Amino acid sequence: MNIRYFAWLREHIGASSEDITYDQTVKTVSDLVDILRQQSTGHQKALADMTLVRVAVNQVYVDIDHPVTAHDEVAFFPPVTGG
Amino acid sequence: MTIRVQEDDFDLTRIYSELREAPTGQHTPGAISLFVGLVRDMNNNHTVAAMTLEHYPGMTETRLTAIRDAAMTRWPLGKAIIIHRVGKLYPNDQIVLVGATSSHRQAATEATAFMMDYLKTEAPFWKSEQTADGVTEWVSTRESDMTARTRWQETK
Repeated sequence: MNIRYFAWLREHIGASSEDITYDQTVKTVSDLVDILRQQSTGHQKALADMTLVRVAVNQVYVDIDHPVTAHDEVAFFPPVTGG
Repeated sequence: MTIRVQEDDFDLTRIYSELREAPTGQHTPGAISLFVGLVRDMNNNHTVAAMTLEHYPGMTETRLTAIRDAAMTRWPLGKAIIIHRVGKLYPNDQIVLVGATSSHRQAATEATAFMMDYLKTEAPFWKSEQTADGVTEWVSTRESDMTARTRWQETK
């Protein structure tokens, strides 16, 4: 599973992308967040308050209860500020 | 090219000429609406020395294309274009251009505002600002941007 981070989430985690081995117990984005939070203090900080984080699975916006599978690209980022 | 995400600056005169020409098999436009967003030198009472724009390659282009397509469906447009810059920018630099052509002004101006409002709330870009003393901060979202987008769901 490929995980992408942008903006301040990328800074807290110290990486823009990471590959993690798919865990069978991970069914949704929410399950994935629980696993990721245990990776480091940076992950914990970045994903502490999910109301501040937007999620995309395979580059499409989804909610936290959206299902994820082994070959998905899951991205975490703050609300957008372009334009 | 109707969707562009690029580091380079864009030439307004050239884009205007492209928009002015009739789309293939259609009449010449009666109206061109253009919006250009620039880097401010002040934001929230502090001086902005520079700005860096990050984006999500792939998803950005997909979202911008969807926004443009939605505008093309909603209004009778001849052409519609969205250009957004990424990387390091300085005060007064051009950041974004949204343009639409139509037979009449209302469709062109409304479509331009619509695309800009959706771009602001859906296209995965993030700005960080550098102040004169070298402090870098991520720009936070504005409630007014979300309100601006919501109006398109209520009308029409």
